[in-house]
Amino acid sequence: MADPLALHEGMDIDGYRLMDKLAVGGMGAVWRVSHPDHAETLVMKTPFLKSGADVSTIIGYETEEMVLKRLSGRHVPRFVAAGDLRARPYLVMELVEGDTLESRLGDEPMEAAEVARLGALVAEALDSLHRQGVVHLDLKPGNVILSRRGAVLIDFGLARHEKLPDLLGEESDDPMGSPATISPEQLCGDRSRPESDLFALGVILFRLATGQYPFDEPTTLAGQKRRLYRPPVPPVSLNAKVPPWLQEIVLRCLEVDPGARYASAGQLLFDLNHPEQVSLTERAERHREGGPLARLAAWWRGRDLGQRPPSRVAPSRRASSAPVIVVAVDLAHGADPLALAVREHLARVIATEDGARIACLTVLRTRLVGEDPLRDAAGRNPYVVRLIALKDWAHPLGLGEDRLSFHVVEAVDPGSAILDYVRLNRADHVVMGARGAGALRRHLGSVSSAVVAGAACTVTVVRRKEDDDAAPDARAGEGLG
Amino acid sequence: MRIAFISDIHANLQALEAVLAVIDAEGADRLVCLGDIVGYGADPQACVELIAERARGGAIVVKGNHDAAVANGVAGMSRHAASAITWTVEQLDGAARAFLADLPLAEAEDDRLYVHASPAEPLSWPYILETADAFAAFSATEARLTFVGHSHLPVLFHTLAGALYTGKTLSFRPDGEAEVPLAAIRRYIAVLPSVGQPRDGNPAAGWGLYDSGSETFAWRRVGYDVATAQERIRAAGLPDRLWMRLELGR
Repeated sequence: MADPLALHEGMDIDGYRLMDKLAVGGMGAVWRVSHPDHAETLVMKTPFLKSGADVSTIIGYETEEMVLKRLSGRHVPRFVAAGDLRARPYLVMELVEGDTLESRLGDEPMEAAEVARLGALVAEALDSLHRQGVVHLDLKPGNVILSRRGAVLIDFGLARHEKLPDLLGEESDDPMGSPATISPEQLCGDRSRPESDLFALGVILFRLATGQYPFDEPTTLAGQKRRLYRPPVPPVSLNAKVPPWLQEIVLRCLEVDPGARYASAGQLLFDLNHPEQVSLTERAERHREGGPLARLAAWWRGRDLGQRPPSRVAPSRRASSAPVIVVAVDLAHGADPLALAVREHLARVIATEDGARIACLTVLRTRLVGEDPLRDAAGRNPYVVRLIALKDWAHPLGLGEDRLSFHVVEAVDPGSAILDYVRLNRADHVVMGARGAGALRRHLGSVSSAVVAGAACTVTVVRRKEDDDAAPDARAGEGLG
Repeated sequence: MRIAFISDIHANLQALEAVLAVIDAEGADRLVCLGDIVGYGADPQACVELIAERARGGAIVVKGNHDAAVANGVAGMSRHAASAITWTVEQLDGAARAFLADLPLAEAEDDRLYVHASPAEPLSWPYILETADAFAAFSATEARLTFVGHSHLPVLFHTLAGALYTGKTLSFRPDGEAEVPLAAIRRYIAVLPSVGQPRDGNPAAGWGLYDSGSETFAWRRVGYDVATAQERIRAAGLPDRLWMRLELGR
């Protein structure tokens, strides 16, 4: 007897006409479909269902509908419709043009810069997802589409929304995820942590950088659980060209303890965007698999994780408690009173945000036309001079290297340079100073007002009360006022 | 259809007025009161009159254990609950007592059941606190959606239905306000927070909204004049514990 649920080209399902099959996997098929109410081509995802319907497959569709409906932005496909789970489960969504990250995988390692570029695209997508309170929990190369608008994450069948019931986790005690990328805590039954996605991204980065998966693709649970007890080999032992900064990033993502990984996708994105700012630890120096002592220590960490109760912190709260704060400081006049006032205010912000990462930024103004001198009058490189001034300025904050980074940006227009920087790094908060509000400054428009108008995040503008009384227009120049 | 649910008002007039004002502003199609209009609080007569007026306007009202105790006595109740009921009986006029006595134990409507405590042995007023309690309740009704109050602790129990049934009962505890989608392949028991004596650590008055169009259920909270409600209880000479707990939501 013909399968009543079988699909074929030209078939009509609730008004969606099946055009052609885009992909067939083990679990189902993806069709290109059209609908009279929609001008653009859509895709329909359908499961293979046998008699005695597979409950976990149907719950996966229920979960994906629930999650996808509540997500927005350019890093997820737009939800269009879902079928009745009792009769014929399906999901209709926007067709995202592009290749999957999986199609880019070769046996050969990729260049470090390309690994970081692709990793940053995925980290940006994860940052957007986590901010919306969703953890993907099945991130793998096949679930990332590289499109013109950035990385688009697909397949939310295992995802978890912080404000909604966890249907899969409660229905089944078996860990769910993909063999190569499932995180240690998922293997222990914890489906609540955004760091699980960072672990999966670490696996992907490892794969791109070395051509191999760090823990292989074990099909048994016991095989998958080995990653709890055995640390990954250092990527450099598989590809001698892996630079220390990339190894540091990858191994930090692959820490067994989620708390030892990056505190947020935004902070990982930051490191991928700024290799020269990655703070190197012992991870960067590993050359081969650890000896018996390291193995014992790893075993202990894995055992500890297995005995820990699942965490209850909401993903979005964790993302917002580990912010990236950009402080833009004008050091053209040295550490003047305004620069000191900015630092004083920053210290107050840091005191309330103990997971924050601080990016110190200063703009070195370049001329629109003509060569800039490579050396100042005393024969020093102005870039280096400014970098040293920036570090001196930040020193009294007393922050460790892992929380602080320094950036001297050369630009004609400080306002748009700061905005570009804030956008690229998905900063959560900008702290900057403003000079007094004189008539000339109002006329020309200040840097701080350009940043306030253009930034998509919180901007704190620090002003000195004293400046109000002084003659502000006397302080022209390249100020970031 | 959008159905607003209120439950466990417990004679807290300030909380009831605040919740009804929000429900009226939202424009729900129907109001369902899941019982315990009286007990604990200082304004039983005014609360019964408000609910009776809503009932004449089409609201569905079912009987709670405190409402039943007004006519049947306080056997099986805690000391504070019993002393509050003894005081309450003296505050109610004949019409109010008759209104409470005539309330039905449960009402069914389409695929929904409204009952104060549980569909399983409703007259012994069991609490649905854990999945085992919910399992017994699911077994006692055919309804797809069951709405109850009684515990003052908001939670959603659910189970796969029909051919997909796995034997598991799952629970979801909202953190304050929350809206969850309801799937056609599941059965649900929604436990409402209390209007007049919240016990989930949140002192705001609670209510719920079911939307059959979007197939969602939402727990809602409304701040109200706690100080006046407390002052009224103190002035009535009811046990101190009854006014002290209102600001804690415990």
